[in-house]
Amino acid sequence: MPAAALARLVLLEARRGGLPWLGAASILLGLALAAFLSQVALTESLSLQAALVAALLRACAVFLIAAHVATSTLREINDKTLELTLSLPLSRAAQYLGRLAGFVACGAALGGAFALPLLLWAPPAAVALWALSLALECALVAAATLFFAMTLAQLVPALAATAGLYLLGRSIAAIQAIAGGPLAVASTAHDIARWSVDALAFLLPPLDAATRTEWLLYATPAPGAYLAALGGLLAYFALLVAAGLFDFYRRNL
Amino acid sequence: MPAWVWGALAATLAGQLAITSSRTGQAAAEGALPPAPGVHALRLASFGEREAAARIAMLYVQSFAKPDYPRLVEWLRVILQLDPRSAYPLFSAARVYAETQDAARSRLALEFVYQEFLRDPERRWPWLAHAALLAKHQLKDLALARRYAAAVDRHTSAPDVPLWARQMEIFILEDMNELEAAKIMLGGLLESGAVRDPAEARFLAERLKALEARLGNSK
Repeated sequence: MPAAALARLVLLEARRGGLPWLGAASILLGLALAAFLSQVALTESLSLQAALVAALLRACAVFLIAAHVATSTLREINDKTLELTLSLPLSRAAQYLGRLAGFVACGAALGGAFALPLLLWAPPAAVALWALSLALECALVAAATLFFAMTLAQLVPALAATAGLYLLGRSIAAIQAIAGGPLAVASTAHDIARWSVDALAFLLPPLDAATRTEWLLYATPAPGAYLAALGGLLAYFALLVAAGLFDFYRRNL
Repeated sequence: MPAWVWGALAATLAGQLAITSSRTGQAAAEGALPPAPGVHALRLASFGEREAAARIAMLYVQSFAKPDYPRLVEWLRVILQLDPRSAYPLFSAARVYAETQDAARSRLALEFVYQEFLRDPERRWPWLAHAALLAKHQLKDLALARRYAAAVDRHTSAPDVPLWARQMEIFILEDMNELEAAKIMLGGLLESGAVRDPAEARFLAERLKALEARLGNSK
């Protein structure tokens, strides 16, 4: 199956490009941070370690996958490898989805590996839920980065657009809370600002509900809430894939 | 490679080391504790990692040796709003900041514990129980101690709250010295499972030892 061969090539490139080593370095960094924190905390040392290591590894996973997807895709574009593969008797959907499947597999591997150290501080069920959510989050980031890299065809704009989408997705709930604060002076300008923020929230991935540290510290999420969070990620992932395919089919040789 | 490149590299590295070595030993938080940010600002800065941000903020606050107490209390309040299930702000208020020799400051910290206890009594009673002990033995304010003890009694009903905590008022009124009371309370906390964290258990054991030494010297 040609799409599977493309996915395999992406995984091979990730292995040769040092992604596993960077993942291992991130885990080591997390463990070193945990060892340091265990010495400075007066209480809640275990939850402090779990919370900060989870936050660090989540950020590392997202950064590594975004950087890998962007550099890999842009290298293909700049080396004209993409043009070569487009000339092959292979549907564009198979090419795009094959590449994306490889990146999603990289994200899943990072998510799984990054969950392992958290077993030191959190129950296995909570860690498993967190890992699945992180894997889906990485898949979403991979899809977003692939879309931006293909569309913008420049490294810095592609990474900046992905970072903007990701960070806004994670903080939009806080921005909405600020915009709807009870102490704000009611005015037309304020109403417009609040509506703009609400409208923006409709366009962003619901990342604030995913991969939550509180699952590791306090209790596993209610099944409904967890499935809703994952469903939100999957729906946005599908949107990004559709948008990416739309753009990819419009690309001229 | 030209020699001047080696020279430039060595000189800039030496410059960097000289600059950083002159800063070594300076605590990052030597200045005054700044005013606490709003909870929404902290939430925004945390990018959704509220639990991690709350704990980082606690470590930051903890790094100030002599904080301004009104500001400190505001920080603790904001951190607790950021992660209401965290025990760190109340633990610090009751076990660290309230145990100062300055009675006015101690009262500020204890009042913070009392106010926040009322928001979630079933979870936060251990710190108000300790606050009651501090009010009795450190501030010598029996009325305040009884007020805190009565609040523990009145507002807790969960089955995991031990009997001695519900009867805190009697405990306060008993003619018991500080060490005996602290030992009973610590033993009770450990037995009830309220203290599970190894760092906290270590900290409390050290505090108990220090109290023993202090009372031993005063005899």
